[in-house]
Amino acid sequence: MDFGLSEEHQMVQRMVRGFAAKEVLPTIQEQDRVGGMAPFIIPRMAELGILGMTIPVKYGGQGMDYISLGLVSEELEFIDTSLRVVISVHNGLTCLTLLQWGSEEQKENYLVPLSKGEKIGCGAFTEPGAGSDFAHIQATAKKDGKDYILNGEKMWISLATVANFAVVTVRTDQKTDQAYRGLSTFLVDLDSPGITRGDIHGKLGVRAGSTGWINFQDVRVPAENLLGEEGEGFKVTMSAFDSGRYTVAAGATGLIRASLEASTSYAGERNAFGGKISDFQLIQAKIARMALDYQAARLLYLKAGWLKNQGVRNTRETSAAKWYATDASFRAAAEAVQIHGAYGFSDEYPVERFMRNAKGAMIYEGSNEIQSLIQADYALDKRRDKKIRRELPSYDHQTWISGPGKI
Amino acid sequence: MITKPGSQVQEKYNQLSNYKEGNSVKIIVCVKQVPDTAATMTVDNGAISWGDAPLIINPWDEFAVEAALNLVADQGGEIIALCLGKEGETEAIKHALAMGADSAVMVSDPALEGADNVAASKVLAAAIQKIGEADLVLFGQQSVDTDTGLLPVQTARLLKWPSLTLVSKFESVNPGDGKIQVLRSMEEAGQIVDSSLPAVVSVTKDYGEPRYPSFMGIRKASKAEYPVWSLADLGIETPSSSIAWPEVTEPVQKEIVTEIIEGETPEEKAKSLVEKLIAEKVL
Repeated sequence: MDFGLSEEHQMVQRMVRGFAAKEVLPTIQEQDRVGGMAPFIIPRMAELGILGMTIPVKYGGQGMDYISLGLVSEELEFIDTSLRVVISVHNGLTCLTLLQWGSEEQKENYLVPLSKGEKIGCGAFTEPGAGSDFAHIQATAKKDGKDYILNGEKMWISLATVANFAVVTVRTDQKTDQAYRGLSTFLVDLDSPGITRGDIHGKLGVRAGSTGWINFQDVRVPAENLLGEEGEGFKVTMSAFDSGRYTVAAGATGLIRASLEASTSYAGERNAFGGKISDFQLIQAKIARMALDYQAARLLYLKAGWLKNQGVRNTRETSAAKWYATDASFRAAAEAVQIHGAYGFSDEYPVERFMRNAKGAMIYEGSNEIQSLIQADYALDKRRDKKIRRELPSYDHQTWISGPGKI
Repeated sequence: MITKPGSQVQEKYNQLSNYKEGNSVKIIVCVKQVPDTAATMTVDNGAISWGDAPLIINPWDEFAVEAALNLVADQGGEIIALCLGKEGETEAIKHALAMGADSAVMVSDPALEGADNVAASKVLAAAIQKIGEADLVLFGQQSVDTDTGLLPVQTARLLKWPSLTLVSKFESVNPGDGKIQVLRSMEEAGQIVDSSLPAVVSVTKDYGEPRYPSFMGIRKASKAEYPVWSLADLGIETPSSSIAWPEVTEPVQKEIVTEIIEGETPEEKAKSLVEKLIAEKVL
């Protein structure tokens, strides 16, 4: 067993840390105040190769492994959640889902430009009336000749107004015995006629990010854009969540670290009752808990990443990592606000932003209540991973960094 | 991986370092490993400590690597990163390679522990001569740890090459004609300087932002092999240092008094501030 990061991993970590600290940190507090994503963020991430980092070179990516994806997510959310959300949505929900389920033609047409950052992708799954109860989504697609006609509305979609393509899951069969069996997933060009979209304002957190809605009104989508087979939409979507949740877990770990560093720094400077507040045991207890949570969350996501590298199904581990890290990140950020006292209540310090941002991840990509049910089902042997038709490819260094070779 | 002279890596390195054609430029970039600039420095029993903070490439050296990369992109050639340090400390070299340097050489010898600038410049000059046929030797303006900015000049003197310090722009580099023109950026003014090649140049941060290592560069660097030369490999004796640090102490703690300027309006506050600055003889 080796708990050390490779030299390559450490260099990736430092590179992304440098980008986020140098180019985003100086303006993030103001951007969060103003709202919306700074226009330079996504083009710059594309330029640095971050948007296709964990995709094989033959599909336009950088050929880095899943551990690197986790480390990058951690570094990005250390600065701001909005940065990591780009990774979760573009890399996790879109690119990796295409890598797992896409045909060679779909990979060529969609994955290559997405990996290169020439196009941006998002995952359109949640609806105004269905989030955790995903099997009961209402949006539909009906076969019409060689096309499908999509209708319905998707909501709380990160990058909704920024993306060019969306991975969209809708109902194609109303008559199945189990609701989840009637779903199918499509790759949809968001410039298609009949699509309207907009941003959602007034969010508690991730204000420097893009969250919106997408409406489909008789949108014609070619049948060759079906991702997976008809009726496989639930499995495709759950696979997407296995990828997305991994980055959410790793990102939340970065947020714990950010809260921890802000707290140790402030506690070492702030005087009260004739001493530094870092000398007081009640403050120390809060900091100790953050440090412990950081270690635990990190180990959980790295294990999930390691399993992904091996090509081993990791729904259980990824769900556990997401649940633990996001709960712990909110706890850490809230305690960081408490340690900062009245200053923590103002946006003079970043910890109030951390706390607002942390809350969202307890809700999206499967609420933490859903994660706890998943864990209970595994523990009670009510749930076992069944083999699916297309598994997420394992990481093979040589294949991923070279052109030829079927993945 | 690090290898010793005589190995396959050394032979490969020798072949690469003989490459030169047309107006292409052979550049040696000297890089140094320093404690992370975010580290908290303390003095512990007379020794400087930065805790368990990682080592990084001297941030000033990144500008030198960037300049080398742009020169080679424009007119062809090769870049060799040269680092003087402890054998296991690979960060500076790996960072330069990940940014795009073609190859690297490490000079490491236990006898160099505690070497000062004079000793370091002798070692670097010997290594530069051993690499051979360099048109340019680039340094960062200074290093963030010792902060002297003397090494480029000292090295140039030993090589008997022109020293061009504080360079922010390369107007032209013509190895064929043996000429270089640069812009030096000083506090008072800019200065265009013509000189002969080979030359030693220190690059300022006005040159332009250094690039981040690319993912491809990182992969290449993490697997890169490079020779490690000892003083014996360079054929020199242990150079003596002229400077010793008999005692290191923490900076004297200054008592800082903060005063909030009161006033009803900004004009009133500004007036009050000016009065106080005049009273304190700041203005």
